Amino acid sequence: MIEAITTFTAQHGPLLAIAVPLIASPLAILMVNRVAAFIVTWLSAVTSFGLAAQMVTITADGTVLSYAIGGWAPPIGIEYRVDAANALVVLIVSMMATVLLPYMRTSIEQEVAERQHTLFYACFLLCFTGLMGVAVTGDAFNVFVFLEISSLSTYALVAMGAAKDKRALSAAYDYLVLGTLGATFFVIGLGMIYMVTGTLNLADLGRRLAEVDAENRTVRTAYGFIVVGLGLKIAMYPMHRWLPGAYTFAPTTISAFLASTATKVAIYVLARFVFSVFQIDYPFERDTLQFVVLPLALLAMFTASFVAVFQQNVKRLLAYSSLGQIGYMLLGLTLLTATGLTATFTHLFAHALTKGALFLAVGAIIYRTGGPMMHNLAGQARLMPWTSAAIVVGGLSLIGIPGTVGFVSKWVLIQAAFEADLWPIAAAIVASSLIAVVYVWRLVEVLYLQPAREGAAKREAPLTMLIPIWVLVVAIVWTGFDADGLVSVARTAGESLLDGGFVADGARIIGVPGR
Amino acid sequence: MSLLFDTAFIGTHLNYWLFVILMMTGLYIVVARGNLLKKVVGLNLFQASVFMLYISMSKIAGGTAPIEIPDPNAVYSSPLPHVLILTAIVVGVATTALALALIVRINEAYGTIEEDEVLEIDRAKSLAETAREDERDNEEARAV
Amino acid sequence: MDHHLILRVVTRLLVAPILLFGLYVQFHGDFGPGGGFQAGVIFAVALILYGIVFGLSRLRSIFPDRWVMRLLAFGLLLYAGVGVVSLIQGGNYLDYNVLLPSAKAGQHYGIIVIELGVGITVFGVMMAIYYGFAGRPPSIEDTDW
Repeated sequence: MIEAITTFTAQHGPLLAIAVPLIASPLAILMVNRVAAFIVTWLSAVTSFGLAAQMVTITADGTVLSYAIGGWAPPIGIEYRVDAANALVVLIVSMMATVLLPYMRTSIEQEVAERQHTLFYACFLLCFTGLMGVAVTGDAFNVFVFLEISSLSTYALVAMGAAKDKRALSAAYDYLVLGTLGATFFVIGLGMIYMVTGTLNLADLGRRLAEVDAENRTVRTAYGFIVVGLGLKIAMYPMHRWLPGAYTFAPTTISAFLASTATKVAIYVLARFVFSVFQIDYPFERDTLQFVVLPLALLAMFTASFVAVFQQNVKRLLAYSSLGQIGYMLLGLTLLTATGLTATFTHLFAHALTKGALFLAVGAIIYRTGGPMMHNLAGQARLMPWTSAAIVVGGLSLIGIPGTVGFVSKWVLIQAAFEADLWPIAAAIVASSLIAVVYVWRLVEVLYLQPAREGAAKREAPLTMLIPIWVLVVAIVWTGFDADGLVSVARTAGESLLDGGFVADGARIIGVPGR
Repeated sequence: MSLLFDTAFIGTHLNYWLFVILMMTGLYIVVARGNLLKKVVGLNLFQASVFMLYISMSKIAGGTAPIEIPDPNAVYSSPLPHVLILTAIVVGVATTALALALIVRINEAYGTIEEDEVLEIDRAKSLAETAREDERDNEEARAV
Repeated sequence: MDHHLILRVVTRLLVAPILLFGLYVQFHGDFGPGGGFQAGVIFAVALILYGIVFGLSRLRSIFPDRWVMRLLAFGLLLYAGVGVVSLIQGGNYLDYNVLLPSAKAGQHYGIIVIELGVGITVFGVMMAIYYGFAGRPPSIEDTDW
């Protein structure tokens, strides 16, 4: 019986990981009370997480999962195609959703009006579905559709922060305008490569674009549009204007979920397009990455971290720190080596855990003190010792102290820089980490060395919040010491992407063939 | 570039030129207009230009709707871009509805839909918060 | 509501044909131009027209708010449900061939149910958008226009 189920889930895993939250979303709306809605939401997240874990184990040896929607064989039909790279992204997204949801149930009691709770869950599920869909799908237009499903629900979720602070509305509006511009740029790019090749299947696109002349201007223009469009979604350095506001004023769980998943998924899509669809050997494609994206990534690492140092709003501080961390991920990608990509994928995972834990811990302090400003944090180490300790561990991981997962990813990244004979970049990575030391120390100083408000009683965050935070903290430390599994999965992901990803002809493909 | 003045090239690619003009008009409105509502109009124009790009490329001279007709020599337009654009239109409708809803809420909360004024209110609020924090930092320093 | 006589009479005449046309577009969609997207909007247009002319409260009394969300959710479930049924029948998700004993009948009825799901959801969404905007105070007084 169990074997039958695992065979079924292995076969239909890529589809079920999306279909379960998609179906749970209307179910959550139909539920009479919010407890039932929460249970439906959480169960669907747990199911997706299980399916994602199974996909990671299957794809770890380089196997590719292929699923033909409606039984129509690719490249005509829509295909869901999973290799080590997307399996890891799917795992990150579903893991974060699973861990976050119990926390969300407590935190939205303060942040969202009670009658909107079921809709909030439904909206969150749509966002979750969209992100999973982007990661799983092997069809270029599907990427756009899922990207917009997740983005549209994200705009709504960010705007829900308006119950506490009206600035959430203008932040959501900014995000909507820039996000839509990004998505539309992406579609224009897709249209152009569709004109050249006549296909939308990612694997097929890769194969056909390989036969196109390197000097083809339509392909070049398409490449430009797609990089800029995804750059807006990623918040690549000069296109990051929407990010600080959205992360600062969204409900805390949403900030945590976005910071740990949304930009990561967009980075994965960029990697997929850069390596699997376009030909990275073509000079234009390579130069764009090395002479435009790489300097911008370096700039982000320094300026965003530097700006973070001066923030008085802790959520905004974390948002700027996220911008800097996105720089590291893009840096790994633009080195164009297997080790560089390994670093990117390790850092996707590391940053998801780290920023998730930090945002959740800050959210717990907001829950108790009512605000995200520095004075709300003052002296909380004595009042909320467990939450404060979580912030310290998260901060250490952000800097990259040995024993945390942040160290692992930075180590791989520095290795990649040395491998590419770019020691100045390795030095830049270390130098920008030192800026992180400054802003993390500011947090620690405020938490531990400043006096608390007078008369404030010791009040730890409720367990429903504390457990998710500490699950993430334990994961940070655990993977910090035992990183072999993570790095090897990331390496398989990086190598398969560099070989052309799931385009590779030698890959063992399993799944239900269409007709 | 002689290509730019090649009338035949412009003539045969008229749709694409119009696409570029529409797209840039939309983008310009989004960037340059201060009124939030007008920005949405620009965004719609920008998206509509993409619809035009897709529909143009599926059009074949003399092609008919892709529904089978008895004529064996019939030329059919490609239906796929139409289907894609149907989806993109739906995305556009959802975006517009959400943007308008946000504008209504912004108008209720801020009393204006001019971007400058909204930003001004936001900035004043952020500055007030920061000033309070700086004040507190200074007090800490003095206490030490 | 004594004025706008022409509007009210024309609306009364138009609502039923619009609804009918919506149904035609809906069920004609599987073998001709049309389908759920268009039909859902047309169907909603009839009700929205009624709401604009006769007032939101009268529309709400025939089509209460709570139905909007339910319809919306039900349409999506109907769509996804077809996929689940084809999974149970041993096919891939949304594989209409396995829905019924004959592949041809499966394709035929599969797309009808799918389009119905799309139509109901789009109708629900349109009504939700209309209620969302029109239902917000301050509303326009009848004498203002």
